[in-house]
Amino acid sequence: MEIEKKGVDKDAVLLSVKGRIDERTARQFDKQMAELINNGGSCFIVNLSEVDYINSAGLRSILISSKKLQLKAGRIFLANLQESVKQVFQISGFDSIIPIFDSMEDALAVL
Amino acid sequence: MENTKKLPAKTESLDEFLGFVLSSASNLGFTPERSKEIELVAEEVLVNVFDYAYPERDGDVELRCRAERPGALVLEIEDKGIPFDIRSLGDPDLSADIEDRQVGGLGVFFIRSLSDDIQYRREDGRNILTLVMEGRG
Repeated sequence: MEIEKKGVDKDAVLLSVKGRIDERTARQFDKQMAELINNGGSCFIVNLSEVDYINSAGLRSILISSKKLQLKAGRIFLANLQESVKQVFQISGFDSIIPIFDSMEDALAVL
Repeated sequence: MENTKKLPAKTESLDEFLGFVLSSASNLGFTPERSKEIELVAEEVLVNVFDYAYPERDGDVELRCRAERPGALVLEIEDKGIPFDIRSLGDPDLSADIEDRQVGGLGVFFIRSLSDDIQYRREDGRNILTLVMEGRG
């Protein structure tokens, strides 16, 4: 699992995640996100087009990052979810608490 | 087709267990989407065993896969840990917003949502969880 910072646009930090966010990678995800959040920026747009699997541990990690950003009056937006990942968000109801977009452009458009 | 795998109840065993589940689903002709759901259910169940079954010592977990009838994969997960019926855990509050949303409870919820039948029994000091996963077209 890799998280890559792709740049900044309209004050939003653009990230791209690749791989699985699951039991084995969740802690690494938490750690890397915490560093990125501490480095600055309160709005994060995360491209998940290369994430093909997420389980409850992964959702937990995303929720943790989301709560951290809320403390900074910030938000996390997710974009380009694969169908199976989108389904996990829908079943868990996470799609109603974390904004999900079909593209990075759509996410940027709401800023 | 009955196949079984017994490994230590540790995260390191996940790769092998999940590979086993995926190939079992694929052998039955399940779609990639449904196979991924089955993998997710298997991971959630196994992680619960890893986290809770053996608080005082190490132990193993055995995973058995079999075809029950055309189009259904049965997973049986057995451990010799403390009594634990995963069905007794409640669902998370799906309507809670970010501040109030708790991080726990989701795993069991996925297991329930994505499985077609869940049975549990405690026998001779073992927890035996049986999940029926239909192909779902």
